[in-house]
Amino acid sequence: MEKVEVRAEQTKPNYLNNGYSVWSWLFTKDHKRIAIMYLISISVIFLIGGIYAAGIRLELLTPQSDLFETGTYNKVFTHHGIIMVFLFLIPAIPAVLGNFLIPIMIGARDLAFPRINLLSLYIYWLGSAIILWALLQGGVDTGWTFYTPYSTTFSNTYVVATGLGIFINGFSSILTGLNFIVTIHTMRAPGMTWFRLPLFVWAHYATSLVMILGTPVVAITILLVALERIARIGIFDPTIGGDPILFQHLFWFYSHPAVYIMILPSMGVISELISNFSRKRIFGYEFIAFSSIAIAVFGFLVWGHHMFVSGQSIYAGLVFSILTMIVAVPSAIKVFNWTATLYKGQVSYDTPMLYALGFIGLFLIGGLTGLFLGAMGMNVHLTDTYFVVAHFHYVMVGGTVLGYLGGLHYWWPKMTGKLYSEFWGKISAMLVFIGFNLTFFPQFILGYMGMPRRYAAYPPELQVLNIFSTAGASVLGVGLLLPVIYLVHSLVWGKKAPDNPWLLPGLEWRTSSPPPTENFEQTPVVTWEAYDFSDENGLDVEKVKKELATV
Amino acid sequence: MIQQSNNWVPLFPEKASSFAWQVDALYFYLIAISAFFTVIVVAAIFYFAIKYREKEKFQNGAEIHGSLLLETTWTAIPFLLSMTIFLGGAIVYYNQYRPPKDAMEIYVVGKQWMWKFQHPTGQREINELHVPVNRRIKLIMTSEDVIHDLYVPAFRTKADAVPGRYTTLWFEATKPGKYHLYCAEYCGLNHSGMIGWVYVMEQKDYENWLAGNVSSQTPAQAGRELFEAKLGCASCHQQTDQGRGPKLAGLFGKQVKLTNGQTVVADEEYIRNSILNPQGQIVEGYQPIMPTFKGQVTEEQLVALVEYIKSLGNETASMSK
Ligand code: HEC
Ligand SMILES: [Cu+2]
Ligand SMILES: [Cu+2]
Repeated sequence: MEKVEVRAEQTKPNYLNNGYSVWSWLFTKDHKRIAIMYLISISVIFLIGGIYAAGIRLELLTPQSDLFETGTYNKVFTHHGIIMVFLFLIPAIPAVLGNFLIPIMIGARDLAFPRINLLSLYIYWLGSAIILWALLQGGVDTGWTFYTPYSTTFSNTYVVATGLGIFINGFSSILTGLNFIVTIHTMRAPGMTWFRLPLFVWAHYATSLVMILGTPVVAITILLVALERIARIGIFDPTIGGDPILFQHLFWFYSHPAVYIMILPSMGVISELISNFSRKRIFGYEFIAFSSIAIAVFGFLVWGHHMFVSGQSIYAGLVFSILTMIVAVPSAIKVFNWTATLYKGQVSYDTPMLYALGFIGLFLIGGLTGLFLGAMGMNVHLTDTYFVVAHFHYVMVGGTVLGYLGGLHYWWPKMTGKLYSEFWGKISAMLVFIGFNLTFFPQFILGYMGMPRRYAAYPPELQVLNIFSTAGASVLGVGLLLPVIYLVHSLVWGKKAPDNPWLLPGLEWRTSSPPPTENFEQTPVVTWEAYDFSDENGLDVEKVKKELATV
Repeated sequence: MIQQSNNWVPLFPEKASSFAWQVDALYFYLIAISAFFTVIVVAAIFYFAIKYREKEKFQNGAEIHGSLLLETTWTAIPFLLSMTIFLGGAIVYYNQYRPPKDAMEIYVVGKQWMWKFQHPTGQREINELHVPVNRRIKLIMTSEDVIHDLYVPAFRTKADAVPGRYTTLWFEATKPGKYHLYCAEYCGLNHSGMIGWVYVMEQKDYENWLAGNVSSQTPAQAGRELFEAKLGCASCHQQTDQGRGPKLAGLFGKQVKLTNGQTVVADEEYIRNSILNPQGQIVEGYQPIMPTFKGQVTEEQLVALVEYIKSLGNETASMSK
């Protein structure tokens, strides 16, 4: 009898078995299919960016510039940065996890504008294709920051094409942000009030605000660089009356908030993980929710902390420095609330939770070293050194990538209907954590020693620390490749995932795994607070437990 | 040499400027604060995660929503601490920001991919900078092409060299020795080769070094030549106010009234702009007839002109020359 039921389950219509043709994917309006296509694209992109990272670490194994020509090395770190920042970190969590889960978490059928959602994927493909084409043609060597007048007047590389790709990609972000905001405003299921929203949704709401307000600025800025190169209009190049520092203002006005585009969604994931794997309501829900908004708003007012040594007046510097200190506070609030959530919980250590705990540790260090860089007198010594490199990798890899991986593991059974190997999951989470620290912690010391960033060669006394870093990078690389293997393996050989593998209250766990195309058989009515484990709120606990017992 | 530390894993660069200790002190303060928070959070995570580990599958945790008292505490404490960090950073920065008046001035021109220095006595160096110990040194920097950044870790200071303007950086070296000099702002192909050494010398050694490198001309002398002969500035700018252009003696450091009503201080940047972009700031009472010299003078010649005009500061001295 039991067997018959299982078979019936398998043939149940879901978004994956709803059409197998290529067209059914390419012309889908289903946010879940779009998310899966993003997942595949972004994984490929991450692999390419990772190969460049390996190139950097190998070159830096020895003090001389020997593996690559210096010019090639400059392209390698530029490509690494451009690919990871613009094509991976910015879209990763929103476009994959956000796309897949926001409608389900708020009880909607889809995003507000399904066609626009598909359009943003195509825009992402187009932008990425142009960038990859430019890299293959010979690449760029400006650094991902495109500082003028080097980028406008001196670099002989594919700046315009790459800039065009980034410009186009920006629209993908803008449209995704717009879609999320409208969806969250208008498509919440009956009873899903703002303060019942999972914090993942709040985090994406804040992120979307930044995407919409900030991305146009960088798009225009990069366009101006291209115009300056082509038509010499005289905005950034001082020999024709421009101001190279103006570029830095425009660039960082976006690119500092962009840091929050990358980290806020990850913070949203972590809130989910910490709460659900402690089987307990999150501590200080409102404080976490509003701290996201505070970060999004204040994040627009601190860009000058990238320019303390570029001749900015001391008064401007003081304002930017104090605001930078203030913007750190909401992040601290989040860390404390996550920690407090564990108190009197029922903490389990499944793979996603390991990532979440790792995130807290690394993000803490990333955030605290941000204070070093925000303190003006300290910044003068540290800026443009490896200290900065270490700092933002702690935030971007320790923060964003760990959050992304944690979320991917957490929702994998929901997205694919398959269970991955817990054993390998834990191993890889630990390798990532150890490898990461070994790679980037020595770089703080290198930075204080004064090793400038973007150097192909360095003084021999700094070699030992660089060897640590490269060794760590190999461990990190293995830790990041493992999931590719066991996750793909699970698609074919993995056990079938139950609908609610962890017996959790969120809406996404109340539909089947994988969900049907319309997400829910009937529109859910929400009568409970987020993360409410107190009573099971209409969840048939016995049924779920029985189902779990069979896997 | 004296410089290199023999540590297997070096942790700190040499400390060789008057404010290096301030930066290090701030660093230790920041490390202490970071350690404090890291220890608290990590200890709490381990303690909770072990003490409250799942006892039975699908048991739920306690019903706790939050605590206003705790939220206020852990908002207030980080906020207050961050303000102390801000203050510390601001003070250290302020001490480095305004160059002292009596500093010895050295001109620096960055260019792909070398550093060019010129001493007030005329000696030129490339990728090496010799300075006396315990003297305040002010670098007046610009770039011929892209943005560079002069960085001496042992002095704990750096500043961008930006094309089209002067920026300044000052330090007082406290310990004789040989220290790394880097370009810290990515500037293209040979960025990591745009490096060199700063030699800090006892006053006596410095004088010997100067004597061993006599130069034909000081920048001011070179500037005078340009001013009077090559560029023909003197045809308009004469010793008196009778000429078509204002007299330049005593200009440096003075307040200048412009036709647009603004008053500006005549510093190096102002003089530089007056030569490259005279139409941008017209002196009150004069016609906008001065031609631009943009594209006709190199950065070094500009430096020479600026130095010459500065040297006119003392009118009588310049008359007697
Ligand atoms: C054709 C005559 C002419 C020549 C040649 C000329 N100037 Fe001038 N200069 C002027 C006039 C007129 C002004 C005042 C109006 C203005 O500010 O443009 C002036 C202003 C200045 C000022 C600002 C003076 C102040 O009181 O603020 C400086 C500095 C200066 N010139 C330097 C130079 C130098 C250096 C050269 C040679 C490279 C030069 N000038 C060549 C006519 C000339
Ligand atoms: Cu920033
Ligand atoms: Cu450089």
